[in-house]
Amino acid sequence: MSAQDVMFSPRRVGAMMLRYWYLLRSSWPRLLDLVYWPTVQMLTWGFLQYYIANNAGFFARAGGTFIGAVLLWDILFRGQLGFSMSFLEEMWSRNLGNLMMSPLRPFEFVVALMVMSVVRLSVGAVPVTFLAIAFFGFNLYALGLALVAFFFNLMLTSWAVGIFVSGLILRNGMGAENFAWSIMFLFMPLTCVYYPVTTLPVWLQPISWALPPTYVFEGMRELLIHKVFRGDLMLDALGLNALFFAAGIIAFLALLRSARRHGSLMQSGE
Amino acid sequence: MPAPPPIAVERLVKIYKTVPAVDGISFTLAPGSITALLGGNGAGKTTTIATIMGLVTPTSGRVTVLGAEMPRQRYQVLHRMNFESPYVEVPMRLTVRQNLKIFGELYGVDDLPSRIEQLGRELNLTDLLDRPTGKLSSGQKTRVSLAKALVNNPDVLLLDEPTASLDPDTADWVRGHLERYCRERHATVLLASHNMVEVERLCERVIIMKRGHIEDDDTPAKLLQRYGRSTLEEVFLDVARGNGIESEAAQ
Repeated sequence: MSAQDVMFSPRRVGAMMLRYWYLLRSSWPRLLDLVYWPTVQMLTWGFLQYYIANNAGFFARAGGTFIGAVLLWDILFRGQLGFSMSFLEEMWSRNLGNLMMSPLRPFEFVVALMVMSVVRLSVGAVPVTFLAIAFFGFNLYALGLALVAFFFNLMLTSWAVGIFVSGLILRNGMGAENFAWSIMFLFMPLTCVYYPVTTLPVWLQPISWALPPTYVFEGMRELLIHKVFRGDLMLDALGLNALFFAAGIIAFLALLRSARRHGSLMQSGE
Repeated sequence: MPAPPPIAVERLVKIYKTVPAVDGISFTLAPGSITALLGGNGAGKTTTIATIMGLVTPTSGRVTVLGAEMPRQRYQVLHRMNFESPYVEVPMRLTVRQNLKIFGELYGVDDLPSRIEQLGRELNLTDLLDRPTGKLSSGQKTRVSLAKALVNNPDVLLLDEPTASLDPDTADWVRGHLERYCRERHATVLLASHNMVEVERLCERVIIMKRGHIEDDDTPAKLLQRYGRSTLEEVFLDVARGNGIESEAAQ
């Protein structure tokens, strides 16, 4: 067996990461875009929390839940967007045919997109977490190991959704591009980013509990309000994420096969 | 056991929804040969090439490249193939060197820095290696695409309009380079082109497609003789307009 027959090649994954890194560093608007919106979000919700905390007893006790929610939501949203943006760069630059014709395996492509979503998120979100400390005294890193559990679960969901959206774009062309920008907002009301699940109508609550991020946001509120880390919630989220991730991969491969049948890989336009 | 043919197409059919793009074509290419695939718009050339590259799944029939069935066994041979097509572009924001480095890594090229320098010399790109690809002229971009197509020293090369947008002098120089490459590497080339001068100079065999079928398949000299024409362009027009050998005979 030659090296070319190896199923998974770190060299090819590294090549794709290098491609996205070159792209990112060649364009300051791309870098600025990573930081701009998370900063605006954090400031808006941070000031709102500051105002409410000075006017309501409950919120005064619930220190940082809004800022925490904004920062965790951004991990979820930016994680998926970072994944999808790297994929869309290939569509915009009409490079997808080159990649699909190269020895790059779909799973290697997906791994490179996953790693780059973490890189993009780090470039955008880390400075914002320091701004949250400077402006509002909210230290996300004080969550300690809980933050690791929150982060890991949110990234898994963002990758699962990103993989599914990439499959949709592969199959349907740029007509499906809007899903990359908007699909995560479907999760926003249902995963109860800013309020407890009990706020939802009773019939909607099972749907909310079927989504992994719900457990993360509930877990964050438990930690910030009651100072309790709910490991059970994180394990439930992990189990659901495993299902979401597997479903995302299966859907991506099915959509890729469909794209080969329909000749969509030759046309990366509308 | 004899080596499998570089490209073998057997009764290939590709139907998009209800429209047949390719309708039962068969051909086999000999090792080290340069073959032209000709045909008007909608003749089925691009679908045929895309199927050989593994980008399209056939509706029926079989395509093998170096013995591997496409697209099912494509990863056995993709590192020995490459292509250039106007349907895809080399990323514009990256420099020429960055692009060649990335594609070289994807194809598992050994001693990549030396290979990039060599391609720079051979394709007259040395002074352009550190410039963003998007800032180059269209002729220079075509040379970069060709460098990408040759980065892994492919045994099978698929070229779609390789000298489009090049001035006559550069186009002639590129053709010379392709000829040398195929002779030295014993590489097999399938070339789609509308430039009949290019086809006459490079190709020892011409396959003419029309509405998904192969209308004719022979050496340029025999085609000229059979159609009673002095250039391949006239032969192409005869086939495209239905003035084939049957209608000539009827007249």
